[in-house]
Parts: sequence; structure tokens; C-alpha cells
Amino acid sequence: MSLVYSGVLSHAPGITGRAHMVKNTAKRDEFYAKLDTQRQEIVESGAEALVVMAAEHFGNFFMNNMPAFCIGIGEKYYGPIEDPEWLKIDRTTIPGAPDLGVRLTKEVMQTVDTAYAEEWKFDHGIMVPLHFLTPNYELPIIPVNINCQGPPLTPLHRAWAFGEAIRRAADLVPEKIAVVGTGGISHWPATPDSGKINVEWDREFLDRLMRQDKQALMSYTDEDTYKDGGQGGFEIRTFIAAAAAAGGNGELQFYTPELPIFAVGCTVARFDIV
Amino acid sequence: MSLYYLQKFLYVLNRDEAAQQRYHDDLDGLIVDFDLSDEESNALKEGDIGLLYVLGVNGQILMHFAAFLGIEWFDYLDLMRAGTEKHGPVRAGVYATTGGGESFTVEGKDRENEK
Repeated sequence: MSLVYSGVLSHAPGITGRAHMVKNTAKRDEFYAKLDTQRQEIVESGAEALVVMAAEHFGNFFMNNMPAFCIGIGEKYYGPIEDPEWLKIDRTTIPGAPDLGVRLTKEVMQTVDTAYAEEWKFDHGIMVPLHFLTPNYELPIIPVNINCQGPPLTPLHRAWAFGEAIRRAADLVPEKIAVVGTGGISHWPATPDSGKINVEWDREFLDRLMRQDKQALMSYTDEDTYKDGGQGGFEIRTFIAAAAAAGGNGELQFYTPELPIFAVGCTVARFDIV
Repeated sequence: MSLYYLQKFLYVLNRDEAAQQRYHDDLDGLIVDFDLSDEESNALKEGDIGLLYVLGVNGQILMHFAAFLGIEWFDYLDLMRAGTEKHGPVRAGVYATTGGGESFTVEGKDRENEK
């Protein structure tokens, strides 16, 4: 078995970009500490590459040619595309894993049609997780995008199938692979409603996710998610894919709605690999 | 209706440093490559975040554009609110206002109280 870690975390740009505005600094620092715990767990897993299953925000993919899935097979990547001062993350080069990326892509393609890309400019959706999980950018990254932004969106059951395909592909290579899904649960980012969080909906989703309740997870319609979880809620696809890759129950290590300045219920969790 | 090209202009601008330079040096020349209405062109030229929001520009694309223009976070939120007050509800897309316009953060409310 070469999948050695699977987890999820939030990626909102405010997590770094608006850190200096936070009133509840104790809760902010508690969140950062849990992200560092996640970093340590990935290091201790012996992971040789990190697959980041993200929901990017028109940094690379647009409605002229929007893939349901894309896997990065580049030698290196660049980020953030945003103003570094705005995101509070310096622009840098991030190492890729081209050979490994190709091998994973070939196997994923046996069951899921995925695009691939040798060029990728990371936006906050990947840069914020990397800032906490590999702050020195030493770990080779394989970026993955699941279309959570440009409707028609990737169906939830295909996100699950993609997670399973990543797992199967990871188990066929000798390298130790870590996977994270990164997105938000309910949130209304980049609108006047930024900071609005539906805590009840979040907790119900996380309960389903931690229990690996596939049937309950697949029952969300985009219409209901939009009504209850906002357009940001569409990013549950990344969490679902990480759960499917792991196969085991999850442990919710951190969740708080008490940092709305970050525009999302901040979340950290890991799954048993079974 | 050319919302697609309006968003594509901002998509290109947000990720392409050469386009960002042209935005400063030759905005008219940059815009002419996109099939935009006069209202959309003017909104871009004036950096009218409120109108761009109402026209239906995806919030993620618009947020990056606001950052490019150097607009502070809470000012960005206020500009969108002002846009809906002036021009009416968001006309397209999934980034509509659903919360009535109030701030959902302690930090934002404190800022409003300090005004």
C-alpha cells in the first residue's frame, strides 16, 4: 500500500491574507496549530509526494475548456497568481513530480477521464495549504483540480470515483503518496456575504464525511448545496474525493465557525487508510 | 450579453503579467480584443467593482481583480454592496448576495462602527 496519508483542510485566502485582521487570535492560533499537526503527520507518514486535490478559482481553467478533473504532471509550478502582498504568501516555484504524475494519471484514466497539465499557476486554493503543509516547498506536489467553480460542475459521484481512482493509482506505485482534499464547506466567499457560515449544514456534512457515509454524501444536490451552503459549498467535492481515496473513517481534528473573517468554517481532518 | 468575455478578460488579466502591464500602459488596446458591451468596457476602464459584481462576474475572478487594483478587503465588500444598491441585484451567475448586505464578521462590524 503506498497511499500513506489522506486528509482535508480549508484553503480560503483570508487564512493567510487576513490573518492580521483577526480579533479572535487565540482561535486563529489554535487553527494554525492544527494545520501544523497535519504537516507533521504528513512528514511522519514518509510521504514522498503530496497530491493536492483542490478547487481552483479560474487561475488556469476557464469556461473555454473546463475539465471535470485535471492532474498536474509538470516539473515545476508557480504561485501564487494573486498579489503576494494581498495573500501574504511570497511568489515562488514549487517542485512537481512529472514521472509520478504521469504514472498516476495513466492509472486514473482507466476509470475516470481526466485532463492533465504540464503548466499550472497555483492560486490560493493550493498555495494556502502548501504554506502550512510544506512551508519550505520541499515536498514534490501533484496538483489536481476538480471543477467546483464553473457550472456544470463535476457530479459528486464522479468526485468519489476520482478519489477511488487516485487511491488505486497510488497503491500501484512504489512511492509513498499523501493526499489532501482542500476546499470549504458552507461559505459565500467573495460576495458581500463573506463570513456567513451555516454551522448546522457544516456539521451534518462533516458527520457524513467522517462516517464515510457515501450514500448520504451523494444525496446532496447542487441546488440544495447552493441554498444551504452557498456557492462555496460546491467545494465539498474535494473533501469527498479525499474520503473516497482513504476508504476509512475520519477524525475531525478541528472545526470552528468562530473565524468568519476567514470566510469559511475552518477545518482540519484525517482519514484512516484502509 | 457578453458576460463570458467580460470574465475572460479578467481571467487573462489575473494570471498574465504581460496583460497586467498592458492594463496600465494600453488598457483600450487590451480591451478591444474582447467582445464587450459599452457598459462592460466602461466598468473595466473605471475599475467599477460594484457594477462588475452586478453584471455577474464570478466573485473569485472579481476578488482577484480587486486585489490587483489594490482595494482593501472590507472596501471590496462595501463596493459590491454599493453596486447592488445602485444597480439592483446581481444579474447572472452564482455569486448573488443572499444575506441582506450586513457584515458577517466581528471585524467588519467593528469597522462600520468606527466610521
